[in-house]
Amino acid sequence: MAYRPLFPRDVFAEMDRLQREMLHAFDISPSIRGLARGGYPAVNVGSTAKSIELYTFAPGIDPATLDVQVEKGVLTIAGERKAEPVPEKANRHIDERFSGRFRRVVTLPDDVDPNAVQARYRDGVLHISVARREAAQPRRITVQ
Amino acid sequence: MNDTNSVAKQAANAPAEAALMPPVDVIEDANGITLYADLPGVPKEKLNLHVEADTLTIEGELALAMPEGMEATHVEVALPRYRRVFTLSKELDAGKVGAEFAHGVLKLRIPKAEHAQPRKIQVAVG
Repeated sequence: MAYRPLFPRDVFAEMDRLQREMLHAFDISPSIRGLARGGYPAVNVGSTAKSIELYTFAPGIDPATLDVQVEKGVLTIAGERKAEPVPEKANRHIDERFSGRFRRVVTLPDDVDPNAVQARYRDGVLHISVARREAAQPRRITVQ
Repeated sequence: MNDTNSVAKQAANAPAEAALMPPVDVIEDANGITLYADLPGVPKEKLNLHVEADTLTIEGELALAMPEGMEATHVEVALPRYRRVFTLSKELDAGKVGAEFAHGVLKLRIPKAEHAQPRKIQVAVG
């Protein structure tokens, strides 16, 4: 897949990419899934005591075509974004937006419940909420 | 002297807040320009478009539903707003900009002014 930065002319993202590519080149334990940062879609992850929250920034997608799966503790988000059609006799001056198939894979912590996953697509962001198991949630223990 | 003044003025006018630069596609045909911009996470009411003289500014603020007490563990989108500024050329009609915004993608249509529309020019012989 061709590399395309999330935000064009982002010097820090470019430096980040360079650094990661250097790490790859020198083979200092890179992530098993390669260069994740800086591609499409971008993913923010947060956690609370009750859940893991994933925000996937995937604008311009029909939510029905999004494929979200949880299997063996791994969450996969896959889909495709079609390029905007260019009419005949038209010029494309700037071409920065991603198009094509994409797939992001996230390893979930051990204490999540794969049956309690909620996914909502709003304003181009896919928000996935994975609940933690009851037993894993913090509980206050009364001292007698 | 004049140069330093204009630089100082530019610095004073520069927006103070850091913002993400949204990726865009710009397509031009005979009748105008179509611009697509990716602004995921921006609701319609937080999108701000304005044209001033020949400057088009696209701004948007992110509004994500976050549960209480959430701690970020991995962040790729690190700023809560987008901003990008374009200079329009004079054949474009800034007064007739059409905008659509759906699923985080903004589509702007900027038509060319009447006098700039293509016209076939007859070549007279003789």
